[in-house]
Formats: sequence, structure tokens, C-alpha cells
Amino acid sequence: MITLDDVTKRYGDKLAVDGLSLEVGEGEVCVLIGPSGCGKTTTLRMINRLVEPTSGRITVGGRDIRSVPPEELRRGLGYAIQSVGLFPHLTVAQNIATVPRLLGWDRGRIAARVGELLSLVGLDRGAYATKYPRQLSGGEAQRVGVARALAADPPILLMDEPFGAVDPLTRERLQAEFARIQRELRKTVIFVTHDVDEAIRLADRIALMKDGRLRQYDTPEGLLDHPADKFVHDFMGVDRALKRLVRVRVDSVMNAAVPTIDESSSPEVMADRASCATQRFAYVIDAEGVVQGWFDCRALEGGEQADAGVTRIDWRESTVRPDASLKEALSRMLELGFRSIAVTDDSGHLLGDVALSGIEGAFSEGDSHIASAGTEEQRP
Amino acid sequence: MRRRWTGVTLVGVGALAFGYVVSRQDWWATALSWLFPSLPDVVFPSASLGYLVMQHLQIVLASGAITVAVGIPVGIWVTHDAGRDFRELVSATADLAQTFPPIAVLALMIPLLGFGPTPAIVALSLYGLFPVVAGTMAGMDAVPHAVLDAARGMGMGRWAILFEVELPLAARVIMGGVRTSMIINIGTATVAAAAGAGGLGSPIISGINTQNGAFLLEGAAATAMLAVLADAALGRVEALVAPPEERAA
Repeated sequence: MITLDDVTKRYGDKLAVDGLSLEVGEGEVCVLIGPSGCGKTTTLRMINRLVEPTSGRITVGGRDIRSVPPEELRRGLGYAIQSVGLFPHLTVAQNIATVPRLLGWDRGRIAARVGELLSLVGLDRGAYATKYPRQLSGGEAQRVGVARALAADPPILLMDEPFGAVDPLTRERLQAEFARIQRELRKTVIFVTHDVDEAIRLADRIALMKDGRLRQYDTPEGLLDHPADKFVHDFMGVDRALKRLVRVRVDSVMNAAVPTIDESSSPEVMADRASCATQRFAYVIDAEGVVQGWFDCRALEGGEQADAGVTRIDWRESTVRPDASLKEALSRMLELGFRSIAVTDDSGHLLGDVALSGIEGAFSEGDSHIASAGTEEQRP
Repeated sequence: MRRRWTGVTLVGVGALAFGYVVSRQDWWATALSWLFPSLPDVVFPSASLGYLVMQHLQIVLASGAITVAVGIPVGIWVTHDAGRDFRELVSATADLAQTFPPIAVLALMIPLLGFGPTPAIVALSLYGLFPVVAGTMAGMDAVPHAVLDAARGMGMGRWAILFEVELPLAARVIMGGVRTSMIINIGTATVAAAAGAGGLGSPIISGINTQNGAFLLEGAAATAMLAVLADAALGRVEALVAPPEERAA
């Protein structure tokens, strides 16, 4: 879909990009990553001709981009940047409509598309369409930026640290939503970041750059397990085993068959339903299936009131969503001091749980890799 | 929304009141003879005040139009790739044009262009250039870089970016420059009378020559009123062209 063939960009004496060759397949997310000044942003900007290469050839969809007028080329490539760059004098709806308007869509089609995109990025169309960018939070602005990039349904998205300017929690949510949108839309994406976790989480392939050169171009697993050299190894970090957990979604190791009891049950029924012979814990749910807490059978052994065995929790704070990463689940467990954590949908309905043992399972799949990485580390 | 239009209404009422006051020669005669009881003549005899105001406005509008027509494009030019190299030069020249006393510019123009309104209009347009060029440059500089990057990256052409993004965002600051320029212009235009262009400078110069304080005050007071009115009017225009997100504030 996108190929870069021996592309070089020179600014005076400095080589910003040095003989870069890269191929990105259709529907793939290629993350460009590297230390600042490695040429990742320059590379991205050469693809939509905001920067003209000094030498080399870039093709998009088989066409040499030099044969396409820059404006026409750019209208076919969605573009989202860290600082978002929403037009402050236009409403959210008008901002999103920018490229469709340039392409001469009629009003009805633009209005319908704007509504569709606002829903896609998780913003209520009634409340947001007429707002001005200044009235948005950082996370909302980034969502609008992504919606604007997607407006004319371009097959390719170019994203330069699109979630860079928000707090870590918001970034996590935006990443999860980007992953969801991408599963749905299957765009070809070039994504620049300096955040290794973000790269591992979102990438199909990662292009790791340094000083304008491509150091390794591989899947996230490939970079973690078989780093080409010491730079790649160090850049990916020492917590590579943990980083692997970023690639595993909670629902892939989730135990869906968890015992539950109704919160309105009497203590005796609770004790019975918790089937204390086999399971120590059961989740307490309300009539709608929303998690309210859990019941601990140990409480019965002391002969106390069964009520004493109930621990109440707020699902908004003490559960994870099925599309969260195992790393997130693990860090939540450590933070809360739980050995397992409930998985709920967006309204708190219990879907299952993830236990530490389940995460250990995901670890052990990668055991051989961890071991081999370990021996590599012992090299002089 | 409502407040924007109340402002415009107030300016309209002010303009009508000014027009009426200027047309009442008799009021001026009464007031000035009370202030200057010893003078035989208190109202400039050669032309009515209304006529002088119209003459003054013609000079101001003609020179102001030239200033805006030249200043804004020049300001745009030097803040874009095509003219960026000339930025310092243009900035220094506009600066110098303002430091040069307008009466001296006028004196230099007369041998070239003769007497009448033409040398005055040329001198005034040069003199008013600096605030307009500086305002345009400041307005263009204030457009966030990320906004321009996004606009280019989405495939907007340079003219579309100028008219749909840059000018709307810079409009308020540019209008601020135009406003300053016009107010300076209204005051400075009184020197046009020295070149025989007429206007509210005529009673002032005549007052100086004949030691008639009443003539002088007549011209000065009318000029001041005109300047205050123009300031209020252009202030409304400035608010009206501001981007919607700023209007709320």
C-alpha cells in the first residue's frame, strides 16, 4: 500500500532520514518509533509531501507520489497530529467537515458523515457538533482530531503522536478506542510515537529508527524477542516480559464461568450458592447483573454472620474492561491488592474475571523467549 | 448576540447626533462667543463646519483606503514564504514612515504633486501604514502553527488557507491595526489644510495665523469628536470580525 524506497532527506549537512526503505501492507498499522530527532516525523511528513525527499521514491497505492498534486494526495490521506490543530474559529462539526467540503460533498452527505464520525469516536453528536474547540478537553479535542482525519474515509491514516498531549489515563482510553476503531475500519496506518508501550499495543509492525536509519522493522513480538542489536534491545526496555502483556487482551484469558450470587439473597443462600467446597469467592451482583462486590467463604468458618463475608466494591474503580490489556489488569490488581479482578462491560455487568494465575499462563507462553532474552543480556 | 447589536445601535445614534451638532452653526456660535467674548468672529467664515467635516472625511477615507489596500497585502506577503526575506526591511520602512513628521512628508510632496488633497492623501497613507502592516503581521504570527500544519496536511490550498483559516483568525488583530491607523489619520489629517486640501485643519491653521482661539477650538473640537466616534465605530467592527470563540468572551 505504501512503499518507501531508499528515501533520504537532507537538511544542509544533516541527514534527517538516511536511505530508508519500508513497506506497509494494506490494513496494517506501522508504528514509527525512535528517540527524538531520529527522523520519524520527517518520514511521516514525506508521505503526504509536507516535506519533499532529497532522493528516493515513495509510492502510495502503487502511484509515485511525485506524480500526484500535493493537495490531491493529502485529501486521500487522513492526517492527525499531536497538537490536533483544530480550527479554533469553526465548530466541531465544521472542523470534521473540512476534507469532505474540499472534496465538494453535498451538505446532507457531510452532515450525515459528521454525525457518524462523532459516534464512532465516542462523542455525543447532539452535544458536541456545535461546540468550539476551546470548549473541549484535551481528550475530546484529540477524538475530534481523529474524526476529522477519518472524515472522507481515506484508506490511509498518517498519525503523528495523536495521543501525545493528554494525561496517561486518557491516553490509555484513546488507545483502546483507536484499537477498536481500527479493528472495524482496517485502515492502513502510519503512526509516529516515542512511547514504546503505545507502539507495542497498537502496532502490527514497528519500525524502530535511530539517526535517520531504520534499525529494525518487525512485529512487536519480533522486536521484543529477537532484537537486531543492543540499541533495539535497550530501546525496548528491560521490562520486556511485562511489555508482552500489553499485547494480550483481558478477554483472551478471562475466566467467564465465575460463581455469582444475588445481592438480595439471604446469608444462608449466599453461603450455599458460593459453593464453598470448591470456590472460596463468589461475585455479588444486583438484579441487573452489575457487580456489587464479592463474598468470601472463610467468613462462614468463623461462625460469624454471612453478611460479614461480603466485600463491597465500586465497579467503576475496581474492575477492568474486556478490551484492556493484561498489563493494565495486572497493574490494577497490584494497586488494589487483589489476586483476581472482575471484568465488566461499560455499564458494570459482570463478564468474568482474570486471576493472577491466568496472567502467569500468558507469561509462560512466552517463557522460552524470556529465557533467550535473558541469555542475550549476559553477553559482554 | 444581543449585546453586539446594541453596540452597533449606539454607534449609529452617536453618528446621527454628531451630524446634527455639526450642522447647527448657531450652537457653535453661541458656545464659542461665550468662551471668547472679546473676539468679533468666533465661527470660521470661509466654510460651514458640516462642509469641513465632509472634506476631512474624504481625505481620511481616501488615505485610509490606500493604507489598508497596501498595508494588509504587504503584511500578508512578508509573513509567508514568498516575502519572508523582506520582513525586516518592510517592518523597518513602515516604522520609519511613522517616525517621519507628517508635516515634513507633506512639504516634500507639494513640489512633486502640487497643492490640494493629493499630496495630503499620499502623506497620510504613508504615515498610517505602520499600524496596519504591524497589525497584519502580528495577526498572522498569532495563527497557531499546528492549525496551519493541519490545514496543509488535510490538503487545503494556499488561498483556501489564507481566506478560510488565517484571515478569519487574524481578523481581530488586523482590525486593531486598522483602527489605530484610522484614529491617528483623523488627527493628522488636520495638517492637510497646510497643503490647501481643506478639512478640519482649515479653521485650526486660520486660527493660528489670525490668533483666533475660537476658530482653532472649532476645528480641534470637531476633530476630537470625529476621532472618538470613529474609534467607537471601528471598535464595533473589530468585535464583529473576531472569531466566534472570542466573541463569547
